[in-house]
Amino acid sequence: MEFESVIGLEIHAQLKTKTKIFCGCSTKFGAPPNTHTCPVCLGMPGVLPVLNKKVVEYSLRMALATNCKINRQSRFARKNYFYPDLPKGYQISQYELPIAENGHVDIEINSHKKRIGITRIHMEEDAGKLTHNPDRPLSMVDFNRTGVPLIEIVSEPDLRSPEEAGAYLRQLRSIVRYLSICDGNMEEGSFRCDANVSIRPIGSETFGTRAELKNLNSFKHVEKALQYEITRQKEILSDGGEVIQETRLWSPDKNRTTSMRSKEEAHDYRYFPDPDLLPLVIDDTWINNVKKSLPELPDERKIRFINKFFLSSNDAEALTSSRELAEYFEECVKQFPNPKQVCNWVMGELLGLLNAEEKTINESPVSTGDLAGLLKLIDKGVISGKIAKTVFEEMAKTGRAPEKIVKEKQLVQVTDVSAIEEVVSKILSNNPKEVEAYKNGKTKLMGFFVGQVMKETRGKANPKIVNEVLKKRLIN
Amino acid sequence: MNLYELTINEASGFLRKGEISSKELTGSVLDRIDSVEGKVGAYITVAAESAMKQAGYADSEISKGNITPLTGVPLSIKDLICTKGLRTTCASRILDNFVPPYDASVIKKLKKAGAVIVGKTNMDEFAMGSSTENSGIKVTHNPWDLSCIPGGSSGGSAAAVAANMCLGSLGSDTGGSIRQPASHCGVVGMKPTYGRVSRFGLVAFASSLDQIGPVTKDVIDCGILMNAVSGYDPGDSTSVPEDVPDYTSFCKEGLSGVTVGIPVEYHKAEGLDKNVFAAVKNGISVLEDLGAVCVEVSLPHTKYAVAAYYVIAPSEASSNLARYDGVKYGFRDREKSRLMDMYQSTRSKGFGPEVQRRIILGTYSLSAGYYDAYYKKATQVRTLIMEDFKNAFKACDVILSPVAPTPAFKTGEKTQDPLTMYLSDIFTISANLAGMPGMSIPCGFSAAGLPIGMQLMGKHFNEGILLKTAYNFEQATDFHKKKPKI
Repeated sequence: MEFESVIGLEIHAQLKTKTKIFCGCSTKFGAPPNTHTCPVCLGMPGVLPVLNKKVVEYSLRMALATNCKINRQSRFARKNYFYPDLPKGYQISQYELPIAENGHVDIEINSHKKRIGITRIHMEEDAGKLTHNPDRPLSMVDFNRTGVPLIEIVSEPDLRSPEEAGAYLRQLRSIVRYLSICDGNMEEGSFRCDANVSIRPIGSETFGTRAELKNLNSFKHVEKALQYEITRQKEILSDGGEVIQETRLWSPDKNRTTSMRSKEEAHDYRYFPDPDLLPLVIDDTWINNVKKSLPELPDERKIRFINKFFLSSNDAEALTSSRELAEYFEECVKQFPNPKQVCNWVMGELLGLLNAEEKTINESPVSTGDLAGLLKLIDKGVISGKIAKTVFEEMAKTGRAPEKIVKEKQLVQVTDVSAIEEVVSKILSNNPKEVEAYKNGKTKLMGFFVGQVMKETRGKANPKIVNEVLKKRLIN
Repeated sequence: MNLYELTINEASGFLRKGEISSKELTGSVLDRIDSVEGKVGAYITVAAESAMKQAGYADSEISKGNITPLTGVPLSIKDLICTKGLRTTCASRILDNFVPPYDASVIKKLKKAGAVIVGKTNMDEFAMGSSTENSGIKVTHNPWDLSCIPGGSSGGSAAAVAANMCLGSLGSDTGGSIRQPASHCGVVGMKPTYGRVSRFGLVAFASSLDQIGPVTKDVIDCGILMNAVSGYDPGDSTSVPEDVPDYTSFCKEGLSGVTVGIPVEYHKAEGLDKNVFAAVKNGISVLEDLGAVCVEVSLPHTKYAVAAYYVIAPSEASSNLARYDGVKYGFRDREKSRLMDMYQSTRSKGFGPEVQRRIILGTYSLSAGYYDAYYKKATQVRTLIMEDFKNAFKACDVILSPVAPTPAFKTGEKTQDPLTMYLSDIFTISANLAGMPGMSIPCGFSAAGLPIGMQLMGKHFNEGILLKTAYNFEQATDFHKKKPKI
């Protein structure tokens, strides 16, 4: 029997507000344990939460960017469970009335557009962090993260493959980064994902029994874990077995999922409206103000890049996947108005370099001005494309301007025909055997001669002129 | 006359004129506590040293001319209002060693006004109870008859005020916890409108019902304390940005033109003691003599109030009390090394039986599959009760009723029967469910000589009319002048 997989994702995005969602403590990452805390986020007796308006604004940005319907009145609810990283014994979240519902984003898979539904977006507070020291019979809890704002974005079960799930996840990450509301860093946990996955016979309308996958802390692991889980469920069904509803944990080092808890062991969170917080009322003015402040989003920018710069859909997609990269590209094009060539260099040399050094575009050692400067040098024929790559490497290493590097290292292209002719004469007279062979029809040796000339000129000779001079001399 | 016998208003006058010092006054109150605390048991913590320091500070402020009606006035605070550096136990073993690192908003206000805090008063554990017998720390006795309960949950506050162990006190009221002990101890108690006084720093029992309020010797004092603690607090999202009038000013107005509503349902209530009935009936005629018009009103959903309350309050409590898990502060059973064992043992040993009963009740009401039938239904009943009052207030300005169905009962009499105990809140619970202000003032004595109070309830943010009615009544009677012999 042929099966299809049905996947829905629950994404937690940590919001980049300066202070926590219900108190004035800093949200900064990496402080010594329990230094970004106060009676409120520590859950001391008698304290009360006060909602950070910035959190609402950031959530509204996301809601608008994902075409959600915004609830004019939403409520905070308490999600009750015991755990040492949860100081109040409940998490303030939203349940019955989230801030936004019924949205969608579009993804592209193999040049095919697909619309993925968003069930809801809600605000909540993050929990603290436990560390377990294996050498001591103690667990330590750090409440710095307690109360850091999160939004949870729940998708419809519209995804049909791990690739689609990956594309959707990347799309949402790109959106939160464009909106400047979240770092979108899965490895550091500022962008987290749980996946619900089930399979069903193709053509079936009903859903199969789903498993919820947790601990998916990189894009690669999301796809790998989903692939593993789909195969596992297929094997069970093919053997006549039954998938059971449960939460499963992905083990990245073992490349498999294992059962964490069954449906029967699932928590009853006893949600109820938080009596300490009033219903959140959002009026049109607020929504319109946020709407006005929204930046151009990845999809809009991609279309603009295709229309304005005549880039291919793939190039435009890649360049707009991050707001900073797209801005870098546009800044370069402003200074060197040849979009295709800028695109080639950004996607080729620059991203190659950044990937190798595991840097982001913001950390690029090559400024937009310098990259444009380099392209201008090629365009004017001052250096060859090949020399330009050497210059680029130097720029990346030292952060210096291309003009200076070219001048200092005397890399200016030799376009003087008589100078090239001189070198050619020398090479030909040094290699009489090869000249003979060439004249006897072994024309492949042309490459050898060009190579020798370039070696002699340390790559500076204009390759076009070298070819012309060589041809002329070898034919005569 | 002993200084500790003064009301806030009287003491403030003497302090202002320099006839007494706060050190003398505070010293007198501390001596009084020393001599009668053994009999009454009103205090969990007496802060003699810091009180004298605050008194000295108040005296220096007064000498500079910085004086408010509370400067130098010794007050007590119910032990679930957080006081920075001063142990706050909620009368629970689980918080036996808890010293708050911050002041509740009301404490900040009192300190700013120059008040002196002499100590923290006993209560039912986490304010759950009507007799102060559920305290995990000690027993409080009614100063009028030491074999009787002082009422609850603010029993320590009411007993301390009645026995002159402070000039006034702050309590908290979730279902009658200020009004009922005030009634049993013959003092004045007010539960303000929900949102009138900041709850920040009030250890939560049931967040949508809790409200801090004054317990005082007379009505003027109640107004003075209301002036000091009322007002919007950005730290409490449920506090309301509504102007604070001078509450003492209402005491100057007369009663003519005031319509008092008498709910027919309350006076048919089962178990209403004949002493209470007679005292309240007398109270009605006193008000009529003063020019008030009394009319019958109907609150048809009253019979469901206790049931709704005992679903909503425990539900919220089950969540509010989840933070006492032994991890961060308070008691932890250190014998247990596994997390679940530690949680269970800490909470089983740390909470008393009534608190555990309500946590279980509330957990059940909020559980999947029961939520709609219990919690949700109870909130719907709550809406109906609010509607009842809205309708009733179309025909009257004040609603009058008994506070408690009986005078103070004997210690131990009802501890084995929580349901009967719950029913003693029948007249007070509705004001919490509807969020309205309610007040208890002395209106008579039982044949056995125990004080009886009557309750006045008003529209939201209309504490003024309660104070006006109460003050006129007080001036026309002398119940508040009688003091327990102790």
